[in-house]
Amino acid sequence: MSWYEPKTEKPKIPSEKDVWAVCPKCRSHFEKSAWRKNDFICPKCNYHGRLSARERIARMADAGTFVEVFRAVSYSDHLEFHDVSGAYRDKVEATIAKSGETESVVMGTCEIAGHRAMLGVMDFAFMGGSLGTGTGERIARACEQAIAERRPLVLFSASGGARMHEGILSLMQMAKTSAAIARLKEAGLPYISVLTDPTTGGVSASYAMLGDINIAEPKALVGFAGRRVIENTIHQKLPADFQSAEYLEKHGFVDRIVERRELKGFVAKMLEYFGF
Amino acid sequence: MKKTAIERVKLARDPGRPHFCDFVRLMCDDFEELHGDRLVSDDRALIGGFARIGGEKVLILGHNKGSTVEENMAANFGMANPDGYRKAMRLASLAEKFRVPVVTLVDTPGAYPGREAEERGQAEAIAKSLEFFARLRTPVVVVITGEGGSGGALAIAVGDRVLMLENAVYSVISPEGCAGILWRDGAKAPEAAEALKITAADLKKLGAIDEVVREPAGGAQKDHAATAAAVKEAVLASLRELAGVPADELLERRYAKFRAMGNFYS
Repeated sequence: MSWYEPKTEKPKIPSEKDVWAVCPKCRSHFEKSAWRKNDFICPKCNYHGRLSARERIARMADAGTFVEVFRAVSYSDHLEFHDVSGAYRDKVEATIAKSGETESVVMGTCEIAGHRAMLGVMDFAFMGGSLGTGTGERIARACEQAIAERRPLVLFSASGGARMHEGILSLMQMAKTSAAIARLKEAGLPYISVLTDPTTGGVSASYAMLGDINIAEPKALVGFAGRRVIENTIHQKLPADFQSAEYLEKHGFVDRIVERRELKGFVAKMLEYFGF
Repeated sequence: MKKTAIERVKLARDPGRPHFCDFVRLMCDDFEELHGDRLVSDDRALIGGFARIGGEKVLILGHNKGSTVEENMAANFGMANPDGYRKAMRLASLAEKFRVPVVTLVDTPGAYPGREAEERGQAEAIAKSLEFFARLRTPVVVVITGEGGSGGALAIAVGDRVLMLENAVYSVISPEGCAGILWRDGAKAPEAAEALKITAADLKKLGAIDEVVREPAGGAQKDHAATAAAVKEAVLASLRELAGVPADELLERRYAKFRAMGNFYS
């Protein structure tokens, strides 16, 4: 075994997960620093990786203009929900403690390239970006404040769907938010919806799909039912690009796929066309 | 003895339970079905038309389940495609135009999870439907008659009055689906069903529905005529309540009703 000589002193190397980022779409490996330098976009396949709400706000709102609203509106536990791994209340409180966020959407007023707006950004890291009663309440209030202050609404979605721990009341947030969006539109205000990876289930089936303009980021997963659920229903393999932003654009459900570095400019341009 | 949640799930899915066509036959003096979304197809999973209930003109629409395998195959087990939701909006627009109230009967495992459904915009169709019914300028009375399966149910369940049969269930996710995710075992559906609070009595307490309609002893499948009579009476009472309300006020009230779901103001 002469070829194997364990060295007495191993150099201390950082663990793999500290150094490498793996693109979830094409499985290419990159140094984390390169991934970060490229704004969390895969240099190989152009998949636009997930951002936290705060990272997104920093990229969209003009410096120093974002004023957060409704931070006190948080989850509710009307069901006193417990599952096999414990109480919903404990889980969501742990998420709040860890993330510093109090719901799955962060809402605030700001300026986007000089255009006054109400900006909302969902955070997938908060309970899978699920739509809970607090999320729905923040969105409804945002619509109402936008109407009162004549602000356009720009809302970034990133969500697995309704938050089942909040039962029927989470489902009802789909109706509540859609009704609020309808009133915003009736008031003649623009609603720009940005679909980011992933936007599925009850969120895609409510406010996320209702934009006057629906924008998607490249390679974002956007759909209603889960791929596996569909494959099990139809007993067929689905195409690789099924439910991708590109697939949705092809079928007519998004207005434009916009690169992250051009997103702010594109949103501002649309607001300009709309006269806001 | 009080039934468990999973017992009600079984009753809600009982093939012998009255379905849309049974309710129409037993409740309506007349029914003229209207087909198609004028875009793609005529979805047999969600059907509707003009009808008379106790002399009142209504537009009635609902999910169509069958009692036999053949009927269910034809109706896709009550799982609508986007075409179904777009047809529902088209028909409800006619009702609005001619000032006829809308009655919807909800009974679906959920919107159909299929390839074409996604390609034709299942998410968009449901979203549009939620927005549409929130602003429809005619009274809308909803009855959850069997399975209220998530977004596919809610798409035609945004109304001024939401009634629910005693053994019907209405949920954000099926108990099996929830158990598979949160219990990592689909067999734990009975536990999930309890935890999700999906029975009519629980939903009434949570404020998600307005009224529970009693079923005959043993369940609706034991006596279709009595079940339909109870639904008819409750629907007519709701229509009478809503009849004189001006459209603007109707919309304000409907908005306030769904706006309050989640109880942030109590």
